[in-house]
Amino acid sequence: MARALTFEQEIANLFYVMDSNPVQACIQCGLCSGTCPAVAFMQHSPRAIIAMIRAGQKTAVLASNAYWACASCYACSVKCPQGIDVAAMMYGLKRYALWRNHYRRVPPGADFSRRFVRLITRYGRSYEPALAAPYLLRRGLRDLLDEVRTALGLLRRGRLPLLPRRIRRVDRLRRVIGQILPAGGLA
Amino acid sequence: MRAYSYYPGCSLERMAASYHRSAMETARALGVELRELEDWNCCGATAYFHIDELLATTLSARNLALAEQQGLDVVTPCSGCYKNMYFAREHLRQDPDLAEHVNTALAEDGLQFRGTVHVRHLLEVLVQEVGLTEIRRRVTRPLAGLRVAPYYGCQILRPHKPGAREEAPRFFEDLLTAIGATPVEFPLRDRCCGGSLIVTHRPAALSMVYALLQDAADHDAEVVATACPLCQVNLECYQRQVNRTFGTGFRLPVLYFTQLVGLALGIPPQRLGVGTELVSPAPVLAKVAG
Repeated sequence: MARALTFEQEIANLFYVMDSNPVQACIQCGLCSGTCPAVAFMQHSPRAIIAMIRAGQKTAVLASNAYWACASCYACSVKCPQGIDVAAMMYGLKRYALWRNHYRRVPPGADFSRRFVRLITRYGRSYEPALAAPYLLRRGLRDLLDEVRTALGLLRRGRLPLLPRRIRRVDRLRRVIGQILPAGGLA
Repeated sequence: MRAYSYYPGCSLERMAASYHRSAMETARALGVELRELEDWNCCGATAYFHIDELLATTLSARNLALAEQQGLDVVTPCSGCYKNMYFAREHLRQDPDLAEHVNTALAEDGLQFRGTVHVRHLLEVLVQEVGLTEIRRRVTRPLAGLRVAPYYGCQILRPHKPGAREEAPRFFEDLLTAIGATPVEFPLRDRCCGGSLIVTHRPAALSMVYALLQDAADHDAEVVATACPLCQVNLECYQRQVNRTFGTGFRLPVLYFTQLVGLALGIPPQRLGVGTELVSPAPVLAKVAG
């Protein structure tokens, strides 16, 4: 019978295609965290997340908002002296969390991504209002008023799409997607 | 005349329509023909990668295959689309198994990725393919004295590409100099604007936008120049919220580099989509008009 993988091994598997395995290669220098423009909004810095993976702190890693606060700017990846693509690691952790942690409270980033993928599967192109609208009502009244003013301003200047644009061959795009994911249970 | 396959990306259909218009006008004025890809699909932005990397790569592979049918290198004005297509091409070329897998799927749409076309950002095409000498030669209304902050953002520079100097870029500054503007030394020029965090993590994104606007203002920028539709929206459309949150009073116009180059080439502002901003650039542009 197959032995259950440790959390560190699972994460290492997740990154097997990466040039430099973050779990093994990281020297804990903290340059990634120092260069991250969103680190102030993370419960754990990128460096700390790697240390937590090594320590087997699966529950804490899955509960952290760190990777959902990552904007995918790759500043960390360019800085890392060990050549670790830290931003790609953050992407991987998002996927892992969605895969293994979906029963927990879903962070807005995860919800947004699922909505986005459904939109592309349906229309073939993105459609900003459908993506942003569900989150507006979760904000305070003043934010909402600001948002409405901005939206009206954009609308007046012809910058807000009223309807999504569907690509002509969207059925064929769906078949392409279906080949990659035969189970079809996207998001 | 040089010709490219043109991939506008979803934002350029509406939210960044002025980027689309100015890209077409400015490219034509510089002898570059942009042939829009027939029936292109979304590149996956950043959000698709949160769900499935292989599928996101397949989305870009379909667009690359469409460009191969046209037989022309593909150029996009959107930094996010550029990054996705550039690296999708690299990964598919380096990994034959991946390419085979993706091609099996693309066959459903009668398409195949062979890796025969390159991916370029429109800014890169202007600087490297058209060339600064040629641009300088065609400038009829130099933006003399206009202090412009060249905002690179992330996806046009990173992650690392072979031979690129992503930590010391100068090409945006050089382009601004070529059109007669004064590029301001803007230390945060390659720092992230927050991207889609503006939807999913508003406080983080607003604080990132605030840092950028403050840095540009501290260096006496009169205009911020961008090469990405999402950066434009974050820096411009959220200035009101930044001002309220941080007690600032920014009124800093944010224009696409294609609009600034177009103006310097003598193209009328309305044909470049100037006038669709929430923060009007009219007062600063009046300085260089005529």
